[in-house]
Amino acid sequence: MTKFNAWNVFKNGLNGQTGWSRQWRDPEPQSSYNVIIIGGGLHGLATAYYLAKNHNVKKIAVLEKGWIGGGNAGRNTTIIRSNYMMPGSHEFYEHSLKLWENLSHELNYNVMFSQRAHVSLFHSPGAKDANARRYNTMRLHGTDGELWDLNTLKKNIPHLNYDDARFPIIGAAVQRRAGNARHDSAVWGYARAADSLGVDIIQNCEVTGITRKNGNIESLQTSRGVMKGNKIGFAVAGNTSLLWQMAELGNLPIESHKLQAFVTEAVKPFLDHVVVYGVGGAHFYISQSDKGSLVFGGDLDWYKSYAQRGNLPMVQDVAEAAMAILPSIGRLRLLRHWAGVMDMSMDGTFFICKTPISNLYLNAGWNYGGFKASPASGWYFADLIANEQPHKYIQHHHLKRFEQGINLDERGAGPDPKLHG
Amino acid sequence: MIRIKCPYCGERDHSEFTYGGDASIKYPSLDASESEWTDAIFFRKNIKGFQKETWHHLNGCRMWLEVERSTITHEIKSVKPCHPDLQKLMELKK
Amino acid sequence: MSSKRIDNFGKINRDKIISFSWEKKNYFGYEGDTLASALLANNIKIVGRSFKYHRPRGIMSCGVEESGALVTIGSFEKRDPNVRATSQELYQGLEASGQNAFPNVNFDFGEINNYLSRFFAAGFYYKTFMGLPPFEWGSGTSIWMFFEKIIRKAAGMGKLSRLADPDSYEHAHDFCDILIVGSGPAGIAAAKEAADKKLDVILVEQDSLLGGDQIAEKEFDTNKTLDELKNLGVRVMNRTTAFGLYDNCVIGLIERITDHIYYDKKEIPRQRFWTIRAKHIIVGSGSLERHIAFNNNDIPGVMTVNAAKHYLNRYGVLTGKDIVIATNNDSVYNTADLLSQAGANVIILDSRKEIKLDNFNNNIQVKFETVPYSINGSRKIKSIDIADAKHQPYTKIDSISCDQVLISGGWSPAVHLLSHRGVKAKWNAENLCFLPGDTKENITMVGSARGIWNKSDCIKSGIAGALDAMNHMGLSKTNYFFPKEGGWSNPIQPLYEVKYNKSRSKSFVDYQHDVTADDVRLAHREGFISVEHLKRYTTLGMANDQGKMGNIIGLSLMADLLDKDIPEVGTTVFRPPYTPISIGALAGRNVGKHFRPLRVTPMHQWNLDNGAIMIDVGLYQRPWYFPKNNETLSEAYIRETTTVRKSVGVCDVTSLGKIAIQGPDATEFINRVYSNAFAKLPIGKTRYGIMLRDDGIVMDDGTSWRLSENEYLMTTSTAQAGKVMSWLEELLQTRWTDLKVNVTSVSEQWAAAAISGPRSREVIKNCLENPSLIENSNLPFMGFISANLKDGTPCRIVRISFSGELGYEIYIGSDYANSMMDLIWKEVQNYHGCLYGLEALGALRVEKGHVTGAELDGRVTIDDAGLGKMASTKKSYIGSAMRSRGTLIANKDREQLVGFFPVDKKETFDAGTIVCEKNNIKGSGIGRITSVTHSPELDHWIGIGFVQGGKEKWNNKTLIGSDPVRNKQMELEVVSPHMIDPEGKRMHA
Repeated sequence: MTKFNAWNVFKNGLNGQTGWSRQWRDPEPQSSYNVIIIGGGLHGLATAYYLAKNHNVKKIAVLEKGWIGGGNAGRNTTIIRSNYMMPGSHEFYEHSLKLWENLSHELNYNVMFSQRAHVSLFHSPGAKDANARRYNTMRLHGTDGELWDLNTLKKNIPHLNYDDARFPIIGAAVQRRAGNARHDSAVWGYARAADSLGVDIIQNCEVTGITRKNGNIESLQTSRGVMKGNKIGFAVAGNTSLLWQMAELGNLPIESHKLQAFVTEAVKPFLDHVVVYGVGGAHFYISQSDKGSLVFGGDLDWYKSYAQRGNLPMVQDVAEAAMAILPSIGRLRLLRHWAGVMDMSMDGTFFICKTPISNLYLNAGWNYGGFKASPASGWYFADLIANEQPHKYIQHHHLKRFEQGINLDERGAGPDPKLHG
Repeated sequence: MIRIKCPYCGERDHSEFTYGGDASIKYPSLDASESEWTDAIFFRKNIKGFQKETWHHLNGCRMWLEVERSTITHEIKSVKPCHPDLQKLMELKK
Repeated sequence: MSSKRIDNFGKINRDKIISFSWEKKNYFGYEGDTLASALLANNIKIVGRSFKYHRPRGIMSCGVEESGALVTIGSFEKRDPNVRATSQELYQGLEASGQNAFPNVNFDFGEINNYLSRFFAAGFYYKTFMGLPPFEWGSGTSIWMFFEKIIRKAAGMGKLSRLADPDSYEHAHDFCDILIVGSGPAGIAAAKEAADKKLDVILVEQDSLLGGDQIAEKEFDTNKTLDELKNLGVRVMNRTTAFGLYDNCVIGLIERITDHIYYDKKEIPRQRFWTIRAKHIIVGSGSLERHIAFNNNDIPGVMTVNAAKHYLNRYGVLTGKDIVIATNNDSVYNTADLLSQAGANVIILDSRKEIKLDNFNNNIQVKFETVPYSINGSRKIKSIDIADAKHQPYTKIDSISCDQVLISGGWSPAVHLLSHRGVKAKWNAENLCFLPGDTKENITMVGSARGIWNKSDCIKSGIAGALDAMNHMGLSKTNYFFPKEGGWSNPIQPLYEVKYNKSRSKSFVDYQHDVTADDVRLAHREGFISVEHLKRYTTLGMANDQGKMGNIIGLSLMADLLDKDIPEVGTTVFRPPYTPISIGALAGRNVGKHFRPLRVTPMHQWNLDNGAIMIDVGLYQRPWYFPKNNETLSEAYIRETTTVRKSVGVCDVTSLGKIAIQGPDATEFINRVYSNAFAKLPIGKTRYGIMLRDDGIVMDDGTSWRLSENEYLMTTSTAQAGKVMSWLEELLQTRWTDLKVNVTSVSEQWAAAAISGPRSREVIKNCLENPSLIENSNLPFMGFISANLKDGTPCRIVRISFSGELGYEIYIGSDYANSMMDLIWKEVQNYHGCLYGLEALGALRVEKGHVTGAELDGRVTIDDAGLGKMASTKKSYIGSAMRSRGTLIANKDREQLVGFFPVDKKETFDAGTIVCEKNNIKGSGIGRITSVTHSPELDHWIGIGFVQGGKEKWNNKTLIGSDPVRNKQMELEVVSPHMIDPEGKRMHA
């Protein structure tokens, strides 16, 4: 594998780019593996990478029904932050942020993590206090976080709507180490790095059946043949229920909902931070990609769906939310909008856990916050698969937490999947 | 836009309604066990395809409706009031 | 290229001269021009710069697929970046300028990228900028972020203004039987057929004129067509783009109202966003001409063939003098004729061996089996090298001097709208294009959008489309057939790339994003072979035109490399919008203060008139405080709180939710909904109740009054009013359908004021027709009565206290709110009382340890909130099965409600402070402060919140309040949350 660096970019500039080869192999599937991860998204690929890297596991396969990164890894708004406060969740997301900070070097692939600060606006004294609780919790965990008063905010982002807002902006909670990244490159970076450690990434390989024997999963039927795995991991957020039921495991605390994302035409630098807010029933987040497009989104479409297509009411809603804080965005044009299918869980929090099948492990329920989590998700899922014990950060992130009364609900919205974020 | 034929108001945009959830859930009696309630509240079939689900005509007649809808294409097969007495009334109206 | 306006061609109005500016210089055009045609008429060659290499770009098309002529229109707060010059109508005073260039598009320092382009292949940025060059030393993100700043400045196209958009936009809604997209021959035929059958038809056209491709026909009269359609009752919407097709034949349109005129007022919206619900949709969105990838195929002067025809016959602009046309299909020959008639020297390169054509001017030289190989020139075309189509690898066989190269690599039906529905397009090998796939929805594709090339067949397909729609709608059962796709005399021949046999070629596949054929090959070499990977790795098809011109070339190159057919490689899904649409239009009027509706109480104006400063609470505005003589917030609320405790105060509490619950099973219902006992609540009494969610967590609290045997009035918190109402309806309509109960929201019908303080009884007494009604004996604590105010207005008075003082709430019909307030306020003033707002309300309740939304955050149990004893043990209710599951069970380790005093009584603190043990200030701590206030009565700050172990464990012990985000830390003493009058003597007085 040719190392990615400026020297080789220069060399290949001179030789007509002929020195590059496949970034990951296209191997023929083998009949058996030590670990098979189903789902070639960021979570699955990261899991495979850390299984090989941290735990020295050999013979790992990642099965992807389409092309890697074709699910939510490739259709999100690329925001990375660790402003979570529920126990375990905060530590988990902070570890993820730390992994992101060095990910380009770790993978030798520029994932373009831009720590441009995540600015969460607030509009009322009550919201300020709620943010103070969250950001104080972060600070007391050693994570960065601060409150900006109105003047600091105006200095940093002068073109927000300070004059004419229905809900006047009074300040912001800020995490400077947070930011955005290039989602596809994280996928390819993990794929390339995992591949170089011997992981077989098998695309166009859909799991069509699961054979159980003696309480274990014996084999997987796939569109590319039957495969056996000593251990099987599911990392197919959006479609988890389908595989779960294929394994005859019944119901999950998950519903599939769709979330739209929006991209505008590219313009010169317009917004240098990630800006988010929620007020008056609206929820909105926006940042500018390095290419120049404003990338933004809002709430779910509010009804269960497996369609990767959005509907107009939420398009309108999100446009209104954009105008509410950035009134100069009116003349900018929307280039594309689409939807991704989210595993919405009953408390808005993920699952990395063992399952009723002893050689099956579950990674699911990312709601619409899975992108930022993917390095840690891979890290701790790999750890669980290799060591059979959940790390303490994720010790409560299992399927029995509801009956056990363990509350990891960041929004406090209760058991209604569409109300989480 | 999903267009939902409210039995009382007629065909309306889905933005007039709020999505409730899986209509096949049978909520146990109030004195039922924790495990029965856990299943009802937290666990879902999460059907990919046609499912029965509830919608509330929030900005209309405020009727709770049982809608049979595809979660893939959003096509709607049937809409009826959740309340059996209202179902009967609506049939009489026809 | 030397393009110029010529006589005897075009349909512009030469009697009306329009002046406009390009790059701050004035030029002239005519009414009917687009910016592009006017620029061409003025022989302006370079109008843009490409995204990455900053190569000079000219006008390359005449429509929405344009990827060269992206310009900026207007200035200051009305600056519009990335406008396609080809779609921008010319108007008097239009200001246009180039973009993505410094200092200007004619001379751009950024062009250095073009000379360094060998290093800037697809995806190069994934491979470097991570650390210090050349070996990416270092760690973390700082080096990347250094480069990122430079990259961001270089990227982007135009510059967006940071000033608020001054224009207004509108939303509109409509319905119709059939909505037709596109007014080409097929769309018009469909509209006429359907309108003839008396159907309600809307015809949508993105152009200013009807006709589609026919506009470039000399004999076609757009106005006559418009009149015909209007006479038939067709609703014609021009300058309107059907941007997206959504579920149930709902279509989104953007109508451009003032973009084609100079308009500096606000009365007329700039654009209108239509949501149209049609019973059937006919899509005649036409097709788009493709180009061919060959070396330097982007030099200004390169254009699609059909564009040249439109510039000539619509705008009277001859786009070149010595024109070479490169093609693989029949569609160019008519244009060649026209160009020749207009005086151009035309040579056609046709990749095919031989063709037969009727009515073709044989004076035009056609070089068969010849393909374009490379264009010479950099800022303009000097000549074109040509190659023998038979000999591969291609080599230059000749060179032709020319000033323009027109290209036609075939046509792609605009299947975008159908693609929005998730319908996959089908490859048609005969016509070398993707045709619309099959759909079960009420959508019919007609004309060249379904791959039909000749006009008479397009018209037939339009009629068939209308019949198909009527059959779908159940209006008819007519037999019809669609003409077969295609329709040229000679078959098209595949020609996507003419591969340059030297290294460092610039054969562009995607013009705007500078994606070359070599980039596609690099992507393949690196394993990015799925269409979506190709697109994402090279950015092919991700520019403003979303791949309208280049996608198929990219696919064919990949198919070649993989030795597969194009359909096996696949096609990318087109996402809405069809063309970019402004966010302002989508937001419409719901901007600024109108972002969300404002809810006000009936005494809103009364509050304002009496000096209230308001605060947003959900969608409501409520009085926050009533400053006297320039008081600050804290001065005001402390005075108000003090006054209430000493004398009396009045406060608008109308925003509370109010629900009438009626029916024979009302008692049973309310008893199931609340966690505490309600079955035995006597008529005439009210009770505080706590509602749980299904999962046993607290949902809301409020009071319910038993009005009669089967009738209650429930109040809810302001925040949860809507949610509780829907919840009660859900329970009654879906779960407990045997209960005979009706619930009605009466929140808007009743206005309410709280009157609190030791003198409140006297105040109310003075307001009533029959003062004795309010005597303690008649109206004890938690009782309520019906009474008449002095003026005879009926009201209800409940004796209830949120402040801990003797207190009442008076409920009155909303229309009488103001007169009630006048009456009460007069009496309150007699006792030197005050008006008080939300801040004082909060202070009063914190002193009493009452919980609100700040405490009940969706994770708190009734036990955590210290209200567990209220929950009934004798009945089952919503949440009773779950409230003690697992770790939720009340125990000494859970967080419990407590009060906090500062150890140093001068200290202040804020909500959101984390509470920790003294020597362990870290992590999530052991609790938190949720609400604080200055207590006038105690004369220091107090707070309530939660601590693990609660009062039992920590009473009168010292903990640390840590508030790093506000740079504060303080010692806290844990106390009972009931800090004032814990026995409740005052409210029972």
